[in-house]
Amino acid sequence: MNLLTSDTVIKQQIIDQFEKHADELNKGSGSQINRFRKQALNDFNRLGIPTTKNENYRYTPVDRFLHGNYDLELLANPFRINLEDVFKCNIPELDTDVLLILNGFYYGSERQLNLPDGVIICSLNEASQRYPDIFNAHYSKYADTATDGLVAMNTLFARDGIFVYLPEDTELNRPLQIINLTYSFNNLRITRRNLVVAGKNAKAGIVICDHSLCEQSYHINSLSEICLGDHAHIDYARIQNENNLSAQINNVFVNQQANSHFNSHIITLHAGLSRNNFYVKLRDPYCECNLYGLFLCDGNQHVANYTLMNHDSPNCLSNQLFKGILDDEATGTFNGKIFVRQDAQKTRAYQRNNNILLSSSAKMNSKPHLEIYADDVKCSHGATTGQLDNEALFYMRTRGIGVNEARHLLMYAFANEIVSEISVDVLRERIIELIDKRLRGELSRCNNCDIHCIP
Amino acid sequence: MQMPSQSKIVQGMDASQDKLLTQVTRGDYEFGFYTDIETDSFAKGLDENVIRQISIKKNEPEFMLEFRLKAYRHWLTMKMPQWAHLTIPEIDYQNIIYYAAPQLKPGLNSLDEVDPELLRTFEKLGIPLEEQKVLSGVAVDAVMDSISIKTTFKETLAELGVIFCSMSEAIREYPDLVKKYIGSVVPYTDNFFATLNSAVFSDGSFCYIPKGVRCPMELSTYFRINTANTGQFERTLIIADDDSYVSYLEGCTAPIRDENQLHAAVVEIITLDNAEVKYSTVQNWYPGDKNGKGGIYNFVTKRGLCKGDHSKISWTQVETGSAITWKYPSCILRGDHTTGEFYSVAITNNYQQADTGTKMIHIGKNSHSTIISKGIAAGHGQNSFRSLVKVVKKADKTRNFTQCDSLLMGDQCGAHTFPYIEVENDSAVLEHEATTSKIGEDQIFYCNQRGIDTENAIGLIINGYAREVLNKLPMEFAMEAQKLLQISLEGSVG
Repeated sequence: MNLLTSDTVIKQQIIDQFEKHADELNKGSGSQINRFRKQALNDFNRLGIPTTKNENYRYTPVDRFLHGNYDLELLANPFRINLEDVFKCNIPELDTDVLLILNGFYYGSERQLNLPDGVIICSLNEASQRYPDIFNAHYSKYADTATDGLVAMNTLFARDGIFVYLPEDTELNRPLQIINLTYSFNNLRITRRNLVVAGKNAKAGIVICDHSLCEQSYHINSLSEICLGDHAHIDYARIQNENNLSAQINNVFVNQQANSHFNSHIITLHAGLSRNNFYVKLRDPYCECNLYGLFLCDGNQHVANYTLMNHDSPNCLSNQLFKGILDDEATGTFNGKIFVRQDAQKTRAYQRNNNILLSSSAKMNSKPHLEIYADDVKCSHGATTGQLDNEALFYMRTRGIGVNEARHLLMYAFANEIVSEISVDVLRERIIELIDKRLRGELSRCNNCDIHCIP
Repeated sequence: MQMPSQSKIVQGMDASQDKLLTQVTRGDYEFGFYTDIETDSFAKGLDENVIRQISIKKNEPEFMLEFRLKAYRHWLTMKMPQWAHLTIPEIDYQNIIYYAAPQLKPGLNSLDEVDPELLRTFEKLGIPLEEQKVLSGVAVDAVMDSISIKTTFKETLAELGVIFCSMSEAIREYPDLVKKYIGSVVPYTDNFFATLNSAVFSDGSFCYIPKGVRCPMELSTYFRINTANTGQFERTLIIADDDSYVSYLEGCTAPIRDENQLHAAVVEIITLDNAEVKYSTVQNWYPGDKNGKGGIYNFVTKRGLCKGDHSKISWTQVETGSAITWKYPSCILRGDHTTGEFYSVAITNNYQQADTGTKMIHIGKNSHSTIISKGIAAGHGQNSFRSLVKVVKKADKTRNFTQCDSLLMGDQCGAHTFPYIEVENDSAVLEHEATTSKIGEDQIFYCNQRGIDTENAIGLIINGYAREVLNKLPMEFAMEAQKLLQISLEGSVG
């Protein structure tokens, strides 16, 4: 295929695919989801798949990962998966409510969830029909299809995903664990759409695990809209462990109201292409937002983290820290932007990106941007790219630590800065264990889990 | 902090301050006068014929005309770049005079033959062209509109083998050197403005430092736009041969006018083995008035090529002028053990816009680069810093340090940073840091407490803030730059 025109070819393929299946899509989902498709189609037609000519995707050749033939998953897979059989993450210490999403469709849980009164957790499609008031107030309100072709594409194909609603003053007893599984015998194009609404003063922890159960190539376009009411607090953690042929675009739109607090940890252990787009809007004063990211990649993997931190109101605080370790031919990108509006005085916004290159063919591109229109602010960013400290390695070796072990220790210490910020103790330990294994080159899956993640 | 030195500065500042204040409150730009002199200029507009005419006027060899025409034909296929963080009004390229020259007698031998009006102009600008009047050892090439008026100390320099003359002269006298190097750093296809410049450039300075020569005096080009509706397109070429050294200065001014004028220059520097070039600019074009009316559009391509091993190029710039600045002095570190440096202070006040920064392309092994940028935005100014640090795969053990600070004064201005860091080598060490803030109230309070009024306190703090860069300037330039900082920010203190 001619690379110059590949993006237009992919665009046409996707539009054709939509037109062919539009009836099925519309029939399968609620009218509140369907009514956004027309605008999304227009926007997608105009924007297409972003290429490296698009400033935000300058270093991420999305089009290269997306061409080829992919089937669309239009219906929930009929075979039932017994959660207890495949997923044994429910060891006593990590006390979570586990939910399953397979190929973008909500499967829920076999077990009774232990939820406070008023909390709704269900499939997005179901929510659009059963809770139209809440749904309509938030669905597609934060993710603007006019800005990015991939956002438009998600809205165009949106079919299902998870819906979480926390009414005022509720707090989840234990974190919600969402397992995203991909299982297929043919190449798939998966669309996943999630909506999380936290009312005033609500509090929740959400842990998301992404796994492949197959060796097929697939492309996931995932989009989550997260809305935090006044004083709401959400801890969001995502661990990605997928096969080398996977391509995942993960768009997260966060909308924060006054005094709300959002923490996010994105740990990318394994994936073909992983692109995390964070669009945070600090809508009201006194919000706090912390974004942490860690990625470990080797082979031909590509990991890209993009953030847009919109300081729309005064007195907000934001923190971004993204770290990466790259080996072999892997490429990584950090593309962060802090945008401070003119009236967002007393803003404090910080951004840092540190990378380690382990091989001479790995590549790292950083674009830490600041755009500031208010004067009474404290903003900073820092970026470094380098390698493991030779002096530290030497120090350890003089004390009888082997070179491999010493390197391992240094990488581990490098990663620890991100992981140590995770507030749930058990989860933190679990992630530390996974990273430890990943750095040792072992298959990174939990000891108690039967899922055969295919690297 | 050392109090004695502070108060000394303040006393020194005080005397000139009053004068400056009155100048500025009247909205005056010191160099905004116009010299009424007979000018030989073309009609407005651009086509192949105009380019041929320029070439004929300059009595150029055939290769130059070909170079110009190739560039022009390529330019017709190009569009103005849109990526900068600037709002550039539509520019009508047919509404510009591409050649305007003060009338000079042919074959000027001594200064007596130069129109005294011209000499007075440069005297007023503080650039005396009479050598005996020059205090410090600075050789000047004075360029007005499209042509070079006079190059001083040519003979003294010639004794050492240093060639310092106008570009037109170099094209005629040293065609081999020009042919070899022109377009070798900034090719005629490089970008919209550089391509336009390649097609229509009228003059500029040429400098060649032979092997092993350390240029005994500072070389300087002074650019002056005088005629209305002209665009200035000058081209500078500096070649430093093995083991040589030169320090080069550039200054520029223009009259006050309501219309915007275009300045699209190209500067190319080549350093061979062990050579070093230090290039300093104080940009003082007319920045437009308080309401953003008028001013120069400064769209400049400056690039140095560290071709030889162990060579060094250092850019220092103080950007106070221009309504819009689009300028990225860059270094291509091709040789091994080469060094690239970029020091910049950029100020935008009133409605000025600047998108400036640098590119450091590491190709050679063990190449090092340093970027220090200090941006100051006041009034409605928008100040952007844009940089690219690129390490290619075979560039082992390279090192870069980037520091970029922005200072905001007032709530209508903006400060932005757009760094790009691309690393393809695992032995490279790159560091980047940036901060944005305003002048601390505690700092001003501290000064007030010691009897320094707010205006002076801010001057003091700004000077301290920019010192790291100002220190890199040659002595005379540093003084001028310090003064300029003061003027440029006058009245912006709320």
